[in-house]
Amino acid sequence: MKPNDSFYKRNEGWILGSIALILVLAVWEFVWEMHWISPLFFSGPSAVAAKFKESLTEGTLLSDMAFSGRNFAVGFLLASAVGIILGILFGWYRWLRLLTNPFVNGLYAMPRIAMVPMIILWFGIGMKSKVYVVFLFAVFPILVNTIAGVKALDPDLLRAARAYCATDWQIFKTVALPGSVPFILTGISQGISLGLIGVVIGEMFGGSEGVGFMVAYGGQSFQTDTMFVGVIVISGAGILFTWLAERLERRFSRWKPEH
Amino acid sequence: MAIVGPSGCGKTSLLSIVAGLLPFEEGKVVIDGRPVHGPGIDRAVVFQHASLLPWRTVTGNVRYGMELQQRFDNATMKQRTEYFTKLVGLHGFERHFPSELSGGMQQRTNLARALAADPVVLLMDEPFAALDAQTREFMQAELLKIWAEARKTVLFITHQINEAVYLADRVAVLSSRPGRLKNVFQVPFGRPRTLSLKRDPKFLEIEDEIWKLIEEEERK
Repeated sequence: MKPNDSFYKRNEGWILGSIALILVLAVWEFVWEMHWISPLFFSGPSAVAAKFKESLTEGTLLSDMAFSGRNFAVGFLLASAVGIILGILFGWYRWLRLLTNPFVNGLYAMPRIAMVPMIILWFGIGMKSKVYVVFLFAVFPILVNTIAGVKALDPDLLRAARAYCATDWQIFKTVALPGSVPFILTGISQGISLGLIGVVIGEMFGGSEGVGFMVAYGGQSFQTDTMFVGVIVISGAGILFTWLAERLERRFSRWKPEH
Repeated sequence: MAIVGPSGCGKTSLLSIVAGLLPFEEGKVVIDGRPVHGPGIDRAVVFQHASLLPWRTVTGNVRYGMELQQRFDNATMKQRTEYFTKLVGLHGFERHFPSELSGGMQQRTNLARALAADPVVLLMDEPFAALDAQTREFMQAELLKIWAEARKTVLFITHQINEAVYLADRVAVLSSRPGRLKNVFQVPFGRPRTLSLKRDPKFLEIEDEIWKLIEEEERK
């Protein structure tokens, strides 16, 4: 991008994206105002905005967001810690990897949603089971990517470190960890998206709180505006977290050749 | 000391053994009267592939060998890093990442890392093999200049005979499998040497003699 490009050229993505968004919202609102859509099955932008404001002032939205947010945070941090530590161990020690391969691959390939009823059976419908559902959804991409990162380490670098009398701990600190960080971050970014799915699904299966519950309840009781508020909050969180993960990834790949 | 030999005779394996990176079955490797068991601070390797940490700058990479060996305190490491970065001609590139350097500059960093670790013997494993012909010639001349400053014993592995003769005082020729010592040539030229030496009739004579020996081996 050249600095003397016109304002339009520099912001083409933003401008066209916003125009499309506004256009779609305008048409949607028009159709809604004309009462061509039944509020039983769909909602309109103004109705969703009004509902959003209402649940915000009532405080129900905030408490739902806090409930889901806390479960997501705890489950996701647990998944990161377990995924990174086990991933490095499995990546480094071949025998450990071969030993655990059937479980890791089997669980990774399995649709994890199939395990949610069992988690609820084990941990009830309270906060604990929500955290485990998030954990289950987020841990595998982090684990699998970390293993791939450690396996992909350049053998030349390991040889060089050994030639300079590196201890195992030094090799871990100076070669293994920084070398697999880009992979770990890819895993984290995937873990975020899947963890968000996890938190919503966990609440849909049972319980009486949270944004996922809000969506499920809205749908079951024909409150389409409530449903849409939930959907928008979840997408917003997804966009925000993905953006943060991308920033983090860029911060750690300054040394890579220009992409 | 340079070692040449037909390809596949185990030049690189020999160097890895001296470096302590490969176990050996017979014989002994002795440096300054001490037998070698595994890698040690008395040796440093300049690898064929630069093997630089891609997430560290030139400074970070030059420092890396010393950092792992933990022989020097921080101030000494800093000072030695600066000194050897300048010595190999990388002044002004301290903050560059390896991906931003040419192949020749990466090898300079590789060399500076080894020199900074202050080894008794410097082990060089075909360090210029991956460079283009021009850069290689230039780096050979540079290496002689750097050597004149640093004055280290160097064990230099190469498959290029003229590189060996140009750089070394002694050239050892290995036989093809199994790689045994075939002959050692004394190189009669004094120092400093310039690139024009490569056109000297005496130089070509030695090169020819070594070449015949290797050719013989290859044909076996």
